[in-house]
Order: sequence, then C-alpha cells, then structure tokens
Amino acid sequence: MAVEVRIPTILRSYTDGAKTVEGGGTTLAEVIDDLETRHAGIKERLVESGDLRRFINVYVNDEDVRFLGGVETPVKDGDTVVVLPAVAGG
Amino acid sequence: MRYDSLLDSVGNTPLVGLPRLSPSPNVRLWAKLEDRNPTGSIKDRAALWMLVDAEKQGRLHQGCTILEPTSGNTGISLAMVAKLRGYRLVCVMPENTSSERRQLLQMWGAEIVSSPAAGGSNEAVRVAKGIAAEHPDWVMLYQYGNPANAAAHYEGTGPELLADLPSITHFVAGLGTTGTLMGAGRFFREHKPEVRIVAAEPRYGELVYGLRNLDEGFVPELYDETLIDARFSVGPRDAVRRTRQLLEEEGIFAGISTGAILHAALGQAARCVEARQSADIALVVCDGGWKYLSTGAYEGTIDEAEDRLEGQLWA
Repeated sequence: MAVEVRIPTILRSYTDGAKTVEGGGTTLAEVIDDLETRHAGIKERLVESGDLRRFINVYVNDEDVRFLGGVETPVKDGDTVVVLPAVAGG
Repeated sequence: MRYDSLLDSVGNTPLVGLPRLSPSPNVRLWAKLEDRNPTGSIKDRAALWMLVDAEKQGRLHQGCTILEPTSGNTGISLAMVAKLRGYRLVCVMPENTSSERRQLLQMWGAEIVSSPAAGGSNEAVRVAKGIAAEHPDWVMLYQYGNPANAAAHYEGTGPELLADLPSITHFVAGLGTTGTLMGAGRFFREHKPEVRIVAAEPRYGELVYGLRNLDEGFVPELYDETLIDARFSVGPRDAVRRTRQLLEEEGIFAGISTGAILHAALGQAARCVEARQSADIALVVCDGGWKYLSTGAYEGTIDEAEDRLEGQLWA
C-alpha cells in the first residue's frame, strides 16, 4: 500500500528536501502517522488537536479533504495526496 | 439592450449551453459569460458593488484615493469604476502577473505598486496593508473581506442563474477572493438548497507558495466553508488543456482560470453520468483570453504552455 504525498517547499526540511514521499495507510490520518515515523515533526505541522491546521490544505486526487472526510478521508493504493499552504487569489 | 451608462450595464450576462462538451442529453453544461461585462471580467460586479457600498457608507468622497491588493481583474474593474466616479486608484499587484493586466490598469488610470513574486497575492495583501497604515486617509475596499463583494453575486449572479436555468443542479466557479462562491452559494442555499456548490481552485507553481512559515498562510475573511460542497485543486496543465478544449469545441475564447473551472465542471458531470443522475451544471467564464496571450498558454504544445506558466499567477 503506497500513496504519493507531495510536500510543499516550506515543509521539505522534514523530508530531507524531497518533493514527494511515500506513505501508507487507509485514511489520511494513518498516512500522516506513517510519515511521522520517518519524518519526525511533520505531523505537528499538519495537524492540530486532531484536525488539519487552518493554513494547511490537503487534497486527495485533487479534491480538498475538508469536503470529503477531513483527516479520516479514505485513501487507497495509487492515490495522490497534495499538501499546500493556503494562499490568496483574486 | 439599452442602458443609461456603462456602469448600468454591469451584470445580466448571457448563459449559453455547451452542447458539445455536455456528456449526455441528461447531463448538461451551461456557461455564464462574465467576459461580457464592461471591462471583460466577472470582477466588474464586485468592483461596482464595493465602490457604491463605500459611497453609501460615507467612506468615499470626491478625489479620494482607493487602495487595493489585486492580481489584475479586480484592479481593472475598480480602475474603470473609479475613473467614472472620480477617484484615484492605487493597486498593489504581484510582479508575476501578465503585462496586459498592467497595461490595462494604466489605461484606465490606475497607479501600480509591485509586490514580490514570491508569495503571490499573499504578499500583495501584506504590502497593501502596510501602505494603508501609512496613509490612513486612503480607502482600502479589501475584496477578500468586503461583504459587498459577495453581495454582488448574492443579488446578481445567483438570481440571474436561477431565472435563466430553473433546473440548475450545480454551480461551479473559481475560488480566489471566494466572493462569487460565497454570494451565489448563499443565494442558492436560501432559494434552492439542493444546488451543489463546487469550487475550482487554481494550483500554481511552487514560487507562489513560498511562504516563510505556515502562519503566513491566508484564508479570505469572506470564506465560509459551509456554503461549498466540494473544492477541487486544478493545476496549470489541466487548466490550459480545458481552456483550449472550450475554444475548440464550443468556440469560447476564455482565460486560463475558466479552464480550471471547466475541468472541475466536467469532473462533476462525469460523476453525474456515472450515478445516472440528470444534471444542469452552470459554470462561470470569468474572462476572455485576451489578457493572457503573452503567457504563451494558447500556442505550442500543452507541455510548453505548462512550462511557461510556471511561477506565474495565471488565474
């Protein structure tokens, strides 16, 4: 079971500069826990009291997880998880 | 159709069917042509509403200077309205926006302050807030937090869509200031709550997300996620591909952000087909492609176009 996770520039200090890392699990929360075992500290930057941090957006196959199941959003082999900081448009 | 002045002609844009892009006779796509507004974009609605609202509140008087952080369209719309109403406009714009946008702003008489490319509109907002602090007499309309921005769509875009397409099932629009989705979203929640509200958010190159730390992220004050049902992130490749497809199949020459919106709308349409649901999906054509010709999005291969858009604020 592997999910591709794309890491934004600002969090690459946790992944030795890697743009993408692999994670395992059946939900986003499990994938983040799995990442934490190899990239210590990253979880705390993504999650706060069990929810995604306000200025972090996470997309599974391009869909914002806040409208799917939040950190409990199911993921499966081959899915792509994109992590991005929230930015302004307009 | 006759209007007393250009400003009176804002809104009431055509809704056209997209018969070739619609996947089946029961799942139909409709495009709201916001490029038909006076300066060629949906932002004329918000600009007019924010400015008139500020006048009503007594925040603006003749000769006032208006200040606004904008990546382009809002500034161009405000420049036109400000010129006609007698105000000076200063726009704070990221330097990685297309040259056409700068030229248009200057044509309508706006002054431009450039903000650094890294950080995109977040930086423009930060710089504008700094300038506002130095010039307390200047008026910042602040599209990201001004309820009149959303009101323009609550009073205009939403009711126009429901009148033209009473069978509407989905509304798909771009997510920038969130004004369009918040205003039309609230209108549909109140008047036809079964309409699903779908957001298409442009995903830029890494430069744009180059924040110093995560606490500098930005969520517009207008944003209320309960008014949205799904939110898709669309990268430049899909946006360009769909922009070209819209021209090729339906003859509509739109800007790149519209390609991102079409991508989300087609994804939604495919889901409806799969679920054997009938659907009338309305999407926004935010502006025409004219202002983006210099980005190279319309020539060469998709790979080349994608490379050229890297680092640019294309929506």
